[in-house]
Amino acid sequence: MAALPRRRSLGLRRAVATPAPELGGVPLSAGALVETGRPPGGGWRSHLGSLLFLAPAVIWLAVIVGYPLIGTIRDSFYNGNSTSFVGLANYKTVFSTADILVTFRNNVIWVVVAPFLLTFLGLVFAVITERIRWATAFKTVVFMPIAFSMTASGLVWNSIMNIDPHVGVLNATLETVSDWFSPPGLYPVNTSAGQTIASLAASGLRPGPGGTLVSSASVSPGQSLRLGLIGISPATLELVGAKSAQTVSPVSGAVNGLVWRAFSPAHPTVRNQVFPGEDGIVGMHLTLLGSDGSSVATTTTDVHGDFSFTGVSSGSYHVQLDSTNFSSGFTGIYWLSGNQSITPTSGLSQTAQALLSIPLVDMSMIIAYLWIWAGFAMVIIGAGLAAINREVLEAARIDGATEWQTFRRVTMPMLAPVLVVVFVTMIINVLKIFDIIVNMAPSVSQSNTLATELYYVGFSSPPAYGLASALAVLLFILVVPVIFINLRRIR
Amino acid sequence: MSAVQAIASPVTSSGRRLAIRLRPGRMVLNVVLALIAIFWMVPTISLLVISLRPSSSYGVSGWWTVFTDPAQLTLQNYKALFSTGFATGGILDSVITTALITVPATLLVTAISSLAAYSLVFGRWRGRTFVFLLIVGLLVVPVQVALIPVAQLYDAFFNLTGLHVYATLPGVVIFHVAFGLPFGIFLMRNFYTGIPKDLLEAGRIDGAGEWTLFRRVVLPLGLPAAASLAIFQFIWVWNDLLVGLVFLGGNAHHTLTIYLFSFTRTLSNDYWVIATGGIISILVPLAIFFAFQRYFVRGVLAGAVK
Repeated sequence: MAALPRRRSLGLRRAVATPAPELGGVPLSAGALVETGRPPGGGWRSHLGSLLFLAPAVIWLAVIVGYPLIGTIRDSFYNGNSTSFVGLANYKTVFSTADILVTFRNNVIWVVVAPFLLTFLGLVFAVITERIRWATAFKTVVFMPIAFSMTASGLVWNSIMNIDPHVGVLNATLETVSDWFSPPGLYPVNTSAGQTIASLAASGLRPGPGGTLVSSASVSPGQSLRLGLIGISPATLELVGAKSAQTVSPVSGAVNGLVWRAFSPAHPTVRNQVFPGEDGIVGMHLTLLGSDGSSVATTTTDVHGDFSFTGVSSGSYHVQLDSTNFSSGFTGIYWLSGNQSITPTSGLSQTAQALLSIPLVDMSMIIAYLWIWAGFAMVIIGAGLAAINREVLEAARIDGATEWQTFRRVTMPMLAPVLVVVFVTMIINVLKIFDIIVNMAPSVSQSNTLATELYYVGFSSPPAYGLASALAVLLFILVVPVIFINLRRIR
Repeated sequence: MSAVQAIASPVTSSGRRLAIRLRPGRMVLNVVLALIAIFWMVPTISLLVISLRPSSSYGVSGWWTVFTDPAQLTLQNYKALFSTGFATGGILDSVITTALITVPATLLVTAISSLAAYSLVFGRWRGRTFVFLLIVGLLVVPVQVALIPVAQLYDAFFNLTGLHVYATLPGVVIFHVAFGLPFGIFLMRNFYTGIPKDLLEAGRIDGAGEWTLFRRVVLPLGLPAAASLAIFQFIWVWNDLLVGLVFLGGNAHHTLTIYLFSFTRTLSNDYWVIATGGIISILVPLAIFFAFQRYFVRGVLAGAVK
């Protein structure tokens, strides 16, 4: 008995994941010899005893897993409440209903994209954590989300990917970055509401290149311009502190003028006159363009909407309202949109593009999924890496292989079986994906998978048991190959 | 076979780490990994911070403003959730309901799996390998396949006996146990095959019965594996949504995941409930994760087939 503790730790290491070979075939000590004869411990009672141990498991599995498996196949040929036989009608419905075909498309996206990215990410993490001193801390951080429910995780990511940059940290980050490069203008054009920059021009202006507005008439030093805009709300002007507009008189040697909101309730159709109560447009960035369209000078309007380019040499000029004034800046990406897609554009037919386009919401949910499961892949692949014989790696290095060659030619082939385990496990996992979708996708109909569709079809009222069972059977057929992979591996 | 052997070794074996060489690239590597680690913590931190901010601030300002204005932190959300006490359908009631499902489901799976694995490894009847492979075949059967027939089965049982199983806690537990067993038996059986049979034969010669051998020899030796299984199963059941949704159907008591799920339709108004309830719901699995990380990792490694 003294050897017991040692045996125990050895057993643990092997046995947890390893189907160790049966010890029965190995000639053991006295015990094995006895086994070949009559069991000494009480004959049939001993047989019955150990069979009884198996009984609860077998009964439980037969009633709650085995029988239902057959029941589902039966139900799939029956109507909604399993009372009359309908043949293949449910399967025909599955393959002819557009909504259900969408679930197949989504399942294919999940199965193709998620396990691949996950295995890749797990491999990268496992390899690079071998080179840092704080690997345990890193692994704990990345592995931790696996303890969370996918419900909680889905809801967390729902908030992170919120379109409003005041709620979603992802869009808030993108807004900050975007504002560095192109800050929003004071008078953003609401393109999503159908507003265009050209529609802002009221008098003395025409659309210029690149989202600008340019004075219709040319101007020389000593002349004034009146540039009228509409479609800018009084509330916006009040917010930026605009004051009432006044007509500007020409000044010799300067190009000056007024940019104002050319709308008066008293004269709603007259655009080219400045009426009392109309406000100047403050803070408008202007550029003086030479006759060849080049920039000569820049200025900004004051609170009355006045501007002046002084010291201008004689010639013919245009005044441009810069595009930055109308830039709406970053308004947030609708990560959970089922209507926006990531579509390949290069030289493919429209059908191919439609087939290959991935709704943004699917990609967003896959990102959340990666967050949950990357640690799992990392830990398993990391264990696989640790099991690789270091002498083999050293030998490769001594032979002059570079780090990359060692990885590509020695580590990867030895690791391949582990990568397959992770990949296959994730395919199974992804086929059944349910929690993330119902908690993260705002419109489930766009991002339904087999598992969610099955739930909504089978457990709404009136229930469509037949249709749901047909979906369950299809789901089962998809995992059957993995059953055989497992059996081969374990035997 | 080699696949499974490869993953069998312990995860953190520092001695096996590749030789660390001093290179300028290592600095960059550390920085990149630090950024990834921060990225990985952001969701958890955001949930915690949102639960600690006033409920009205969601949608008005971002949770990250807490770093510049820590004064907004408050426990009012927790007080609001706890104020209803153990009222049916509330958060504390959901914690109890979840525990009442998870604990029996975990104990039953561990006990039944251990017994079955004993029989599969040390029993002396023909066809043990066949039965084991049959159970391995069930490892990846999706729960979706059984939902409707089992619901119908519960109904039939009610018609026969007048006992409700559907929409009751035992109904949920029964289902969870069934789908936990294949993995449980797989894990325990693999562990038990590492126990030398001489130990049992010695006991048999001394006239010990099967129960005594199981109770006195195999069960104590198999404790580490049983712990891995129990932890894995506990977290699995605690975090389940689908089985609870289906089999707790019309019950007024909810599991924590159902509780959270019920607010997804009124997300923007009730996100504070989700954040606060979410934090409460992950406390138990997180505590178990940190307390038993070694066993948990072993369970995950063994569960690579589930």
